[in-house]
Amino acid sequence: MPKTRTSTPADGSVRTAPRPRSKIERRRSRQRVGVVIGLVLGAIFAAAPVLWMLASSFKSNTEIFEFPPRLITDNFSFDAYTAIFSDPEKVQFFVNSYVVSFSVTTLTLLVAIHAAYAFSRFDFPGKRPINMVIVSVQAVPPITLLIPYFGIVVALGLYNTYPGLILTYMVFTLPYAIIMLTGYLNTIPKELDEAVRMDGAGSLTALWRVLVPVSVPGIVSVGVYTFMIAWNEYLFALTLTRTQDMRTVPIGIQLLMGQHSYEWNEIMAMSILGSVPVLVLFLFFQRYFISGLTSGSVKS
Amino acid sequence: MQDVIVAPAPPAATPQPPRKRRPFRKTAEPFGFLAPTLVLMFVLMVIPVVLVVGYSFMDNVILTKEPEFVGVDNFVTVLTDGVFLTAIRNTLFFTISSVVAHLVIGLGFAMLLNSPLIGTVSRAIFRALYILPWLFTAAVIAVLWRMLLAPNGVVNFLLDTDVEWLASPALALGTVTFINIWAGYPFFMVSLLAGLQGVPAQLHEAATVDGANGWQRFWSVTIPQLRPIIISLTLLDLIWTSQQFALIWMTTGGGPVNVTEMLSTYTYKLAFSRYEFALASTSAVLVLLMSMVLAFFYVRHQRAED
Repeated sequence: MPKTRTSTPADGSVRTAPRPRSKIERRRSRQRVGVVIGLVLGAIFAAAPVLWMLASSFKSNTEIFEFPPRLITDNFSFDAYTAIFSDPEKVQFFVNSYVVSFSVTTLTLLVAIHAAYAFSRFDFPGKRPINMVIVSVQAVPPITLLIPYFGIVVALGLYNTYPGLILTYMVFTLPYAIIMLTGYLNTIPKELDEAVRMDGAGSLTALWRVLVPVSVPGIVSVGVYTFMIAWNEYLFALTLTRTQDMRTVPIGIQLLMGQHSYEWNEIMAMSILGSVPVLVLFLFFQRYFISGLTSGSVKS
Repeated sequence: MQDVIVAPAPPAATPQPPRKRRPFRKTAEPFGFLAPTLVLMFVLMVIPVVLVVGYSFMDNVILTKEPEFVGVDNFVTVLTDGVFLTAIRNTLFFTISSVVAHLVIGLGFAMLLNSPLIGTVSRAIFRALYILPWLFTAAVIAVLWRMLLAPNGVVNFLLDTDVEWLASPALALGTVTFINIWAGYPFFMVSLLAGLQGVPAQLHEAATVDGANGWQRFWSVTIPQLRPIIISLTLLDLIWTSQQFALIWMTTGGGPVNVTEMLSTYTYKLAFSRYEFALASTSAVLVLLMSMVLAFFYVRHQRAED
């Protein structure tokens, strides 16, 4: 920041202001201008493409590449959205994505909460190595697993079925869910469930009657994240399904690119609709979401 | 959006009372709770990794019932394949450029958002806008940028150019890298913002009293305070970005003429376009080894932090 030599403030307020603004105040206001310019440029970089996608979904297909391009065109309409909702094949993409994502979320939470309970409340031989395996599993590249999965899924007759996708997605969601839920259970005082166990209730009762109810925020945030991973998955959905009626939304979007002529407005509408669940979840659970995400990489 | 690897903090072992023989039921109980996880991990991780490593030393796998052992032949074939070497070079360029840019942009935006000169409301609004790219899945990001970057698209209009961004051999790699940068910086931004908010204000005040200017404070206070977060994020991002498949597959598919071929697309094509499952397994094992090296450093770093 260069130092100004003149004593007159840039805005000329010296004549009306009873006391001249201090050097520090002037520097502050110049800094503020810099920050605001930076923020606005950043916002354009981040949000303009998204805005263009939204605007394009309301255009007619010919208007998308009109010259010069306009954000809002004459034929503003919801036609692209209507076209998607009235095509059973495209609605099926959404049905598939919801079935798979909800199943993965439910199963992951059910399996993970028990594993997290074991890690958080019990000592057992092999605890550390098992934990290490679960952590490092997350770094295994999906492409490495895909080849044997393809063989296994075909051999088990799960190719092109919901269970094939649901089962394989759990390799991504389960480690994350276990680690996060273990962390969450560790924050809950042991006395709480030990008291119940002292009273003669079994461990399972202590988990479901005491720990699960007080862990709802943690379970919800892990559930949201699990849902998103499943909703967004591409590689396995591409490879482990074959027929149009089994495809999920990300593959559906890609299929629209290939079909007949490019219906860009429909592709954009589909992209918006395909992003709505994640956007809504993020909107409602932003706080949990960000704290859950950063808890790993950020140490207080 | 990317999968997230978080918090490998192993649960703190409870301080053990002097060892007593515990009844069998007590020891067995946690394994009861772990059983579904252990079964799933065995089926979804142990068996597949053993299989893929096995396949990499064989021929005629998956498609035929009589695989034969061929030793390291597949490794020789893959490692001497020019396209594989190109894929390594492209993956390195793509990954390192993306990670550096994610860090620089993420830190820049985080510092803007953390500036005391803006109000709470505008901070919330800008933060929401900056997070936007991260909320879209790779399929959406791919079709969006294909529209924006089309020869008659809005980017060419604004720049007054007439360029095939994704189809030109000279530009395609840079273009997909740019798209990946746009899609991935918010993860850094969100984490670094949380980190910046944890930097004690007294440190900055002390540095100011000592006569440090903004630039000096940045290098001697902000960066050292954020160092552990930056290292974690960088390692995580190296792991993810080097595994990126969907974005490449749906924008360029590895083309034109292999200029955007990555290890992931190369492996995928070997398996599912050429049906060379044995060679694909070999390539997949090599990718696995690279990821494991990165994961080793990540876990070690996290351990050191704990």
